[in-house]
Amino acid sequence: MRVSRRAELSLRAVALLYLAVLLLLPLGVVFARTFEHGFGTAWGWITTPAAISAFWLTVTIAAIAVPLNTIFGIGCALVLVRGKGRGRRLLDTLIDLPFVVSPVIVGLALVLVYGETGWFGNWFLRHGIRIIYAPTGMVLATLFVSLPFVVREVAPVLMEVGDEQEQAAATLGASAWQTFWRVTLPAIRWGVAYGVVLTTARALGEIGAVAVVSSNVAGSTLTLPLLVYQRDSQIGPQAITSAYAAGTELAVMSLIVLLAMTVLAPKGAKTR
Amino acid sequence: MSVIVLIPLAAVLVNATSQGLGGFWSSVTGGVALTALAVTLGASLVVAAIGAMMGTLVAWVLVRDSFPGRRLVNALIDLPFALPTIVAGLTLIALYGPRSPVGVHLVYTRAAVLVALMFVTLPFVVRSVQPVLIELDREVEEAAASLGASNATTFRRVVLPALRPAILSGAALAFARSVGEFGSLVLLAGKVQIASIVIYADIESDATQSAASLSVVLLAVSLIVLFLLRRWGASGAR
Repeated sequence: MRVSRRAELSLRAVALLYLAVLLLLPLGVVFARTFEHGFGTAWGWITTPAAISAFWLTVTIAAIAVPLNTIFGIGCALVLVRGKGRGRRLLDTLIDLPFVVSPVIVGLALVLVYGETGWFGNWFLRHGIRIIYAPTGMVLATLFVSLPFVVREVAPVLMEVGDEQEQAAATLGASAWQTFWRVTLPAIRWGVAYGVVLTTARALGEIGAVAVVSSNVAGSTLTLPLLVYQRDSQIGPQAITSAYAAGTELAVMSLIVLLAMTVLAPKGAKTR
Repeated sequence: MSVIVLIPLAAVLVNATSQGLGGFWSSVTGGVALTALAVTLGASLVVAAIGAMMGTLVAWVLVRDSFPGRRLVNALIDLPFALPTIVAGLTLIALYGPRSPVGVHLVYTRAAVLVALMFVTLPFVVRSVQPVLIELDREVEEAAASLGASNATTFRRVVLPALRPAILSGAALAFARSVGEFGSLVLLAGKVQIASIVIYADIESDATQSAASLSVVLLAVSLIVLFLLRRWGASGAR
């Protein structure tokens, strides 16, 4: 299809304008607002004890959830692509469930099962384990919402590379474990890496599910997104500035993740 | 998987019907719940439709056009996936809120909800159409043109049918995401009744059963979308 120069230019203009208004303009305004009282003020707001604790809680939750979901994701992708058992089609559909379920519903569901009056919550409480309104529940919520990313990135790559090399390794006497480490994992590593980056982005930014299972106490169960929410709900100009400061901190973290996505994506696309 | 995903979702279903089907029905058809459902589903449909159109246009420009900075723009598409949703909400408040630098005050209106949803769902259609557009055989388009078809006809009869499964599945994902969206809306929805925010408020005020009932309806919607996606995915692969 040969598009005339004029049509091409106008399509380009429409697309770029749409993206600029939708993506860049808002982000620019937040950065501007954050630093309108100088860099020092903004820095002050993200180094308060509550903000530092929120930062570390966010990072810790991601540091627990991402490796767990990576291991689960690789295992699940192996079952989906290489497995032969029944129920594979069902699993294939169920895996996407966290993508389409509202995060608030995820939180509610966890409260109903692990909360004080929930199905198992009482049992855990009697054994001294508090899940809901504690970091454990927040980790569970994060695990739930970021579950499908690694599976969805790794499964197509596994399908693409086929199992001939794995069979060759097995013929040459490699154990299943050796085959996985020496043959399978190197072949799927870019898919895994991209899945990990997507999981990390989601884990850092999750609010809906985490908000429901958190007790929202600054210094103990407040993640950075929750801190932004809490500060923005307070009244007064200072609250807004402090919310923008924490928001910018999160935005910078996510820009680093975006950078990783850009670096990894083309390589992942090639193997697909 | 079943410990974290399936058992909790089953608990929602059980709790919603804990006061019988009548209790479930009256919670769902209560004033607030019904308005919230209508507003949420309506907004999601509009967003999916706009997303399908603009997403296809953006994908077209990214694949067929070439201009300096195209790679940068391509990377930018993923921004809404990487950016925490609460920050997305915050950015929109900064732009369209009380101190708006462009003089547009949308915050706390339905228009703000639409803009927020358009922001968070932008990548879905673009990212599902892009690979199909790259793979598309341009010789068929040239054949159509040489047989005298205008650009509009070629697009409508040749390009669009090839892209349709990708556009549909991208739009369906955008729809599903919009129906459940919370983070980007919680700051700027104000009094606009959004299903996920109503559920959150219900949980906070210990009205668990009505929260669970509304959740079941949303879950049903998501499941329908999920199965439609499966079918379209299957027919696209063939």
